[in-house]
Amino acid sequence: MNKKRTGEKIIYWLMRGVTYSVVLFIAYILLDILIHGLPAISWNFLTGFPEKSGAEGGILPAILGTLYLVIGTIVVALPLGMFSAVYLTEYSKQNRFAQSIRMAIVTLAGIPSIVFGLFGLGLFVITLNFGSSILAGSLTLACMILPTIIVASEEALKSVPKYMREGSLALGATKWETIYKNVLPYALPGMLTGAILGIGRAAGETAPILLTAAAFFLPDLPTSVFDQVMALPYHLYILATQHPEAQKILPMQYGTALVLLLLVIGLNMAAIILRIRVRKKYKW
Amino acid sequence: MTKQRLKARIIKYFLQSCGSLSIIIVLLIFLFLFKEALPFISEPGIGGLFHSVWNPVSFQKEEFGLLPLITGSVLVTLLATLIAIPFGIIGAVYISEVATAKEREVLKPFIEILAGIPSVVLGFFGLIVVAPLVKDIFGLNTGLTALTGAVLLAFMAIPTIMSISEDAIKSVPIIYKEASLALGASRIETIWKVIVPAALSGIVASVMLGMGRVVGETMAVMMVTGNAPVVSFNPFTSVRTMTATIAAEMGEVTFGSSHYASLFWVGIVLMLMTFVLNLVSYRVLKKYGMIDK
Repeated sequence: MNKKRTGEKIIYWLMRGVTYSVVLFIAYILLDILIHGLPAISWNFLTGFPEKSGAEGGILPAILGTLYLVIGTIVVALPLGMFSAVYLTEYSKQNRFAQSIRMAIVTLAGIPSIVFGLFGLGLFVITLNFGSSILAGSLTLACMILPTIIVASEEALKSVPKYMREGSLALGATKWETIYKNVLPYALPGMLTGAILGIGRAAGETAPILLTAAAFFLPDLPTSVFDQVMALPYHLYILATQHPEAQKILPMQYGTALVLLLLVIGLNMAAIILRIRVRKKYKW
Repeated sequence: MTKQRLKARIIKYFLQSCGSLSIIIVLLIFLFLFKEALPFISEPGIGGLFHSVWNPVSFQKEEFGLLPLITGSVLVTLLATLIAIPFGIIGAVYISEVATAKEREVLKPFIEILAGIPSVVLGFFGLIVVAPLVKDIFGLNTGLTALTGAVLLAFMAIPTIMSISEDAIKSVPIIYKEASLALGASRIETIWKVIVPAALSGIVASVMLGMGRVVGETMAVMMVTGNAPVVSFNPFTSVRTMTATIAAEMGEVTFGSSHYASLFWVGIVLMLMTFVLNLVSYRVLKKYGMIDK
């Protein structure tokens, strides 16, 4: 019996080891980028323009470019995703139409980001003639993060208990009044979680904007939605692989990687924290 | 009253059209991939896609054989899956059956962070840290190999495999566990001989979803696999995947050329592969009640 116990303990420790090796790997990536990236970051780096094709200077246009793209994306994707979720949870019946919508959402969630890039290139850049621009990039990214927002919003709507709706309907409110005044306000924080996760994904993606929006170097900041932009992930990609002196400008690369990483992880953490707080606040 | 009815109807139709947007986008994606790819059929002909050489820019003879790109993707994906499976599944079992509640609360968000690291950052890390390591350990000329890409992609698949396998393990009825323990089986025996087999379909689905993610991954793989479009099943050679080909070459093609159209064919093949992987795993998960209908 004792022998069996020790054997069991060993297996537990092995499993623990395997699990924590993944954790260690993550920690190693984060620390490596943090340690090498921090010295590169300065006020000048964050607010300056790139000089000598990115070998010196700052990354302000790339930060702003990512910001513009993300804002454009969320402005399009959030309302559409929310309304779509309201339709699915509150209006649709269990019929083939609803089934095919769900099938489409699953399909959309599985499409590789580079295929979204091809699609955006074909539809927005060429056919609609937006050119490589903030508009084309944002619309492409919006299509990509739509499933994330729909799924999170649906979950938020479903967690509002049925009696909230029944009470309101019994008092004579219409269906839309009920949803608008008695369901949406309680579902909103949960929906925002999805929105933040979507933003995080959009900010870190490179492949779609490679084909629809990004430029490596622009002398001026964009002035309209039809302009090309620089973006953090694309900037990092070029510095690390295409730059003639890629080996010599490691600090610039690490600095850019750290800014991007902090942005994306910060957003994801915000979403996780918000989710925990929402769950604690509304215990029905 | 009729005015109110009208309003209700307008709202319903508005929401319905928002709801159907997902369907429209999926259809548009198929439509535009084929629209841009179609000219390739008349010139230089669809048979060209089945050749075994990818050499789209050449003065003598342009070749658009997809085979090296497909084998590149398959090789990297299979390797990555092989690496990810033990970590993903053992991790899921550990988190759901062995770890204490507190441990779980720390581990899960941490793994979620891994899922959130942008692939270009992972690729950068691979280029600077993992590639030299692979080069030294195996004594190669270059660290930019299929294996390097697979290691990085494995870490992109692990969060997917872990979280969905964990759901599958959690959905095993507790009576299975109790019955096994009551019959005198130890906890380890119960885990590996009762719980994991009962959750197996969900675990398989999670692996397939992870594979879907790996096949479609672009930036990390483009930065570390060396970008050599050759047919090879040796993990220590440089390869080029379908995703990397599109991303690397689309910037330099002339719109409307055969090369341009051929890249859309690459996109179509890629889309179909991920579509099948996702569809099958979705069906499995739905059948076992792990997705709401």
